[in-house]
Amino acid sequence: MMLSNYFPIPMSMSLNSWSDALSQWYLFGLPLGLVVIAAIPLVFIALYALTYGVYGERKISAFMQDRLGPMEVGKWGILQTLADILKLLQKEDIVNTNADKFLFVVGPGILFVGSFMAFAVLPFGPAFIGADLNVGLFYAIGIVALEVVGILAAGWGSNNKWALYGAIRSVAQIVSYEIPAAIAILCGAMMAGTLSMQQFNILQQGEYGFLHFFLFQNPIAWLPFIIYFIASLAETNRAPFDIPEAESELVAGYFTEYSGMKFAVIFLAEYGSMFMVSAIISVVFLGGWNSPLPNIGSFALNDWTTGPVWGAAWIILKGFFFIFLQMWLRWTLPRLRVDQLMYVCWKVLTPFAFVAFVLTAVWEIYM
Amino acid sequence: MQELPKAEHRSVRVTPNGKNRVVIEKDLSSEEMILNMGPQHPSTHGVLRLECKTDGEVVVEAEPYLGYLHRCFEKHAEMVDYPGIVPFVDRMDYLAAMNSEFAYCIAVEKLLDIEIPRRVEFLRVIVSELNRIASHLVAIGTYAIDLGAFTPFLFCFRDREHIMSLLEWASGARMLYNYIWIGGASYDFPKGMQKRIDEFITYFRPKALELQRLLTENEIFVKRTRGIGMMPADVAVNYGWSGPMLRGSGVEWDLRRNDPYSIYPELDFKVCVPDGRHSDIGDSLSRHLVRAYEMEESLSIIEQCLDKMPAAEEGFNPRAAIPKRIRPKAGEVYGRAENPRGELGFYIVSDGKSTKPVRCKARSSCFVNLSAMKEMSMGQLIPDLVAIIGSIDIVLGEVDR
Repeated sequence: MMLSNYFPIPMSMSLNSWSDALSQWYLFGLPLGLVVIAAIPLVFIALYALTYGVYGERKISAFMQDRLGPMEVGKWGILQTLADILKLLQKEDIVNTNADKFLFVVGPGILFVGSFMAFAVLPFGPAFIGADLNVGLFYAIGIVALEVVGILAAGWGSNNKWALYGAIRSVAQIVSYEIPAAIAILCGAMMAGTLSMQQFNILQQGEYGFLHFFLFQNPIAWLPFIIYFIASLAETNRAPFDIPEAESELVAGYFTEYSGMKFAVIFLAEYGSMFMVSAIISVVFLGGWNSPLPNIGSFALNDWTTGPVWGAAWIILKGFFFIFLQMWLRWTLPRLRVDQLMYVCWKVLTPFAFVAFVLTAVWEIYM
Repeated sequence: MQELPKAEHRSVRVTPNGKNRVVIEKDLSSEEMILNMGPQHPSTHGVLRLECKTDGEVVVEAEPYLGYLHRCFEKHAEMVDYPGIVPFVDRMDYLAAMNSEFAYCIAVEKLLDIEIPRRVEFLRVIVSELNRIASHLVAIGTYAIDLGAFTPFLFCFRDREHIMSLLEWASGARMLYNYIWIGGASYDFPKGMQKRIDEFITYFRPKALELQRLLTENEIFVKRTRGIGMMPADVAVNYGWSGPMLRGSGVEWDLRRNDPYSIYPELDFKVCVPDGRHSDIGDSLSRHLVRAYEMEESLSIIEQCLDKMPAAEEGFNPRAAIPKRIRPKAGEVYGRAENPRGELGFYIVSDGKSTKPVRCKARSSCFVNLSAMKEMSMGQLIPDLVAIIGSIDIVLGEVDR
């Protein structure tokens, strides 16, 4: 599996042998090394990626808008997000007098848990995975639906009309968009013949790099790819489908009444879902932790850039590429209206998802 | 309280041309909820409060409540002498202070019956057209933000910044200029001003095109605004609409053309009305388009003015024609001018003895335009309500005065 073992290149060798050695580390018969390796992506990558996702969004939007963005905290404002988190941690925790206190407190928690539980099945490399479930993809789609409960709890518990509007819109939107998203993902699952996230990666391995990715393996794979990308925008409440939190209509949607750390938790959950859907789309269609570079003659680019650490780098890079796309769209497009949003889901994406489903099935059977 | 229409009647929204038909909750009659929008809401453009009766997402009725920014302009005006009112006028429509001053000075000059130096007229027209562009940029930018597009807003403000520095150079202030005085102007243009205005025009034309590509031609933007907030021409006239709102309904009415003042008769410009190709005449998109076209027209007016403007003679003083003591003869006057938001008029009564007006009534354009809010918002969705408020382009400082 680890091709770099056979092609000893100094750079990748040193990186990979380090993680290989760590994964062999047992303590009292327990695979502690593997646990550490699995915990790295979950704790380290997830939280740091999110913190810098927020910073990236502010910088990217700033450059798109002829601004500089955060510049004061640290060099180029690089510590801005940490300062923000510190500020939010110190803030007074406000719960409205008339709020349903239980739901109000529990809502952000469910949202956060729903978003981050999906990280358990995200493969960050041949060894970096929290749990390689045989129904990993199904689990990832299912666990995200838990967010709906959190949003509804937050919106209802706030006892605020704007929050209620936001929550109801959000539930309708996420539940509707699960359908085209799931069907599009199913096309990928049909190509792979498995639901295990790790198997997806292994099936897309090969010396020609990106040519082995499912997106380029099947002439109609671009259709579910695009459908899933659009639906994932709606599922994570990103523009142009950000109607649940539409700041110019609903003040802030379901988190209107939140402040301090609860607000930060909701915010982090949003960025967590952004990274999660981006990682899923890269695993299913773009080879996950596989290197996209092909071997060209004696330049074995693919082999040089394969391995546990390279793998984590690749999937994070691919994830950030999609996050960048999401940000690009957000800072370019206006927002759709509620009924237009539902129109896009039920009359455009869902029928096309079915078309893609049938075409993929036909292709997989006869080709 | 009048009886509400039945549920199925208000749930079906059809635009006059039959397009964009949306059916919501066809036979479902549900409970209504009172929703307070504003005065602290991101898209009420200040301190407007709308009390909406909503049925789900459908706004059954929206009643605007005003007065949160009332600053007693008219009463104050009775306490200060004529030139002292000019700064107060600035603070009415703070986004188009030059145009407001212009309207007020026209009214008082009509009462005094004095002659204005020709160069001063050009100064006035140039600054007020620059301010018109700035004001339309704010209108378009905030409209974009109402519809969820953030970037065009910042592009608009970036370009507006150039106009503000130009006007700052001319008058010393960035927003509330106190530049146009009764019978003259506070300062002549600084040396090199014409060149800088020329530079701005060459800079701004491509930026306006960029804005058009980013926002106006955006499919989502068109979908959100076309056929929303329809206002037929006759109803618009009955409501007393003016400015881009009335022109958006297809009525070719522009005070610069229909009741010309200053040097406008010498200038060649078009009164922009939508032709119905890109929008349904009378909808929010038409009003947006009129503003976008008008910026282009204002640029050409400024260019013509720069060409025709008489050069400053030796010792030219824009304050030369200003009367030392303004005490108009007894009488009343109504002077008006085309503001970026419509007709801004001042009705001034003088008793012939005092240096202060006995009565100074402002006819505010957006106050009148806002009066149709209730009719336009009936049966619309909440997002459309936001789109309609944005298309009216209100400045609460002028609405409440």
